[in-house]
Amino acid sequence: MKNPITYLEAISEGLREEMRRDKSVFLLGEDIGTYGGAFKVTKGFVEEFGEDRVIDTVLAEAAIIGAATGAAIVGMKPVAEMQFADFVTNGFNQLVNVTARYHYRNFIPVPLVVRLPFGAGLRGGPFHSVSPESWFFHIPGLKLVAPSTPFDAKGLIKSAIRDPNPVLYFEHKYLYRHIKGEIPAEEFVVPIGKADIKREGTDLSVITYSAGVHWSLEASELLSKEGVSVEVVDLRSLLPFDEEAILQSVRKTGKVLIVHEDTLTGGIGAEIAAVIGAKAFKYLDAPVERLAAPDTPVPYAPTLEEYFLPNAQKVARAIRRLAEY
Amino acid sequence: MAKIEVVMPQLGESLTEGTIIKWHKKPGEKVRKDETLLEISTDKVDSEIPSPASGVVTRLLFDEQKTVAVRTVIAEIDTDENAAVTTSVPKAAAPVPAQTAPTPVVTEARRSAPAPQATPVTGRFYSPLVLNIAREEGISMSDLERIPGTGEGGRVSKKDILAYAQSRGKSGAPSPAGAAPAPTGPSAPRIESSLKHVESGDLAKKYPSPEFEILQMSNILQKMSEHMIKSVQTSPHVYAVHECDMTKVDVLRRKHAAAFEKREGFKLTYMPFICDAVIKALKQYPLVNSSIEGDKIILKKFVNLGIAVASDTGLLVPVIKNADERNFVGLARSVNDLATRTRAKKLTPADIEGGTFTITNFGVFGTMVGIPIINQPQVAILGIGSAKKRPVVINDMIAIRTISYFTLSFDHRTIDGALGGSFLEAIVRHLENFDEQQVS
Repeated sequence: MKNPITYLEAISEGLREEMRRDKSVFLLGEDIGTYGGAFKVTKGFVEEFGEDRVIDTVLAEAAIIGAATGAAIVGMKPVAEMQFADFVTNGFNQLVNVTARYHYRNFIPVPLVVRLPFGAGLRGGPFHSVSPESWFFHIPGLKLVAPSTPFDAKGLIKSAIRDPNPVLYFEHKYLYRHIKGEIPAEEFVVPIGKADIKREGTDLSVITYSAGVHWSLEASELLSKEGVSVEVVDLRSLLPFDEEAILQSVRKTGKVLIVHEDTLTGGIGAEIAAVIGAKAFKYLDAPVERLAAPDTPVPYAPTLEEYFLPNAQKVARAIRRLAEY
Repeated sequence: MAKIEVVMPQLGESLTEGTIIKWHKKPGEKVRKDETLLEISTDKVDSEIPSPASGVVTRLLFDEQKTVAVRTVIAEIDTDENAAVTTSVPKAAAPVPAQTAPTPVVTEARRSAPAPQATPVTGRFYSPLVLNIAREEGISMSDLERIPGTGEGGRVSKKDILAYAQSRGKSGAPSPAGAAPAPTGPSAPRIESSLKHVESGDLAKKYPSPEFEILQMSNILQKMSEHMIKSVQTSPHVYAVHECDMTKVDVLRRKHAAAFEKREGFKLTYMPFICDAVIKALKQYPLVNSSIEGDKIILKKFVNLGIAVASDTGLLVPVIKNADERNFVGLARSVNDLATRTRAKKLTPADIEGGTFTITNFGVFGTMVGIPIINQPQVAILGIGSAKKRPVVINDMIAIRTISYFTLSFDHRTIDGALGGSFLEAIVRHLENFDEQQVS
């Protein structure tokens, strides 16, 4: 094991290793070269790999995704960075109508990765804090991953780059420098489509991903002192999600809380709840509950942002209610 | 003094004779009006015949086991209790006007009684998991209702039921009431034990005791034999077998079992579900609810549903009259009433007459697929095979479903394979999509 590194450093390491391993991997995005990226994920990259492989682009997400898609079609492995995930809406048509459907139409793979720094908690307001994963969750042809730890962040960026499909990589901005973890010194990848049990328990299952994993782990620790044994299932991959791991946990505990930072209605949790209802109904000892942000924009005001976001205390309250059911 | 002649009653419109099974009175014995005078066996029904008057039994004109035409005088009663008992055949000089055989009421036909005092169900909610555990652990609904709940609003949680199952496991075997449906089902009635042992000269030589035993076929068995031979000779039988997914019916039955039993006083079985589906299908395909006379088809505008019931004297087919006018609960009550009375030998002759279609549920004896013989003059009969969990393919996935095989035997003089198959499919469709609202 190596010394603990941050979530952000883990992403950088994964990118760097893949660029060293495979000459067809290249980066493009706004200010990712000389400036090193808005969050410094690609700091030092242009020095090592040159301007041909670390390309600063115009401020036009449609152009970034369109160009990256074109490069992927002819056999390159582009990793496009959205400076903030919020801006991906400008590239929505390219991503949904071209990138996601290209293989269906032409039988040509599109091995593209779009990195999406997302999430609130950094006083970014409604245009720099969004959790946009459910917009793409509905699009056949895309894969979505959302790691919660440095290990998963590194393992999944490598898998995303090697995957022949377009993969949206959701990296949480709050986790960038708040979360540290040890990772193996040797080469490893984390497979797409596999969930990870971050904590084993018997009384109820919390199914979550990204920042939700950390709130849930903290809440589980609180609840263990009250005699409630909580299992935390980290989805890691949202599309496809690991149905078997979810159902296995539900069959074991009989109670489910789904936690995500994204707003409630039509979120990832809705689909997970539907699958549990359909496929594990007879194992349920309580209604499937969801804890998510309210259906509003992410507020500017710090107090309102705190009110808006789920956190460990809110998760603990929801777990307690469910345990008492 | 008045002499009353007792005649062999006509217990059903189509009956022409009856067999005297047993005399309850000897000549010279006093008898009260309505006291049982004798037992007779007619086509399918054994009946006790009450005395038409009080007095002294003066003559018995036939021995037991004799078969006598209806309206034949079989005994005499003198209303003068001091009357002398005659031992010889009375002079025919003073004929008493033959009684126009009023059909004696054998037993009072019980109407489908109003529901027993309904006990309110606790109304407690059970999660799918708790019900699932209860089923696996063999905990009955009534046991479940007694488990103290520690969940929200006194709900029985997973922990509560597991704790109960564990403590019960320690204290002994699970209560039989909670056991899963007995896999063996009811055993076949032992008809042979109800038959009389007879000494028969020539046969006794051919089949000597003790290696052989010779039994007299009862009237019911003889009639069954006659009917079955006649039916096979009359109707060109064709058979169709459909697979019916009984999972939904099974789920509904289990779900409503406890409340139903509390309300009605008897268990909810598959039969009312099947009867309901059959009635709907008969309405859809009226030709199946018909009979044939010469080159004419007689369509019945009502459904009299015969249900084959095994009893220890033989197979009987009591009929739910105007079954199409009954709702689900009404059908359930009728089925229960007829089954109970069949086993208690309390059927009236009217109970077994006039059927327009018959259902036979041989599945209760474990039969998977059977091919029944049509109950004349009907033109079709439905056989129900045992419902068992089986792996089946649904949407290209293998699922565990409760499956039963339904056989329709039908008369190809009027029903072809297209109609027979469509009719059977309609039954299956009704059952697989059974409307829960009908049950509650």
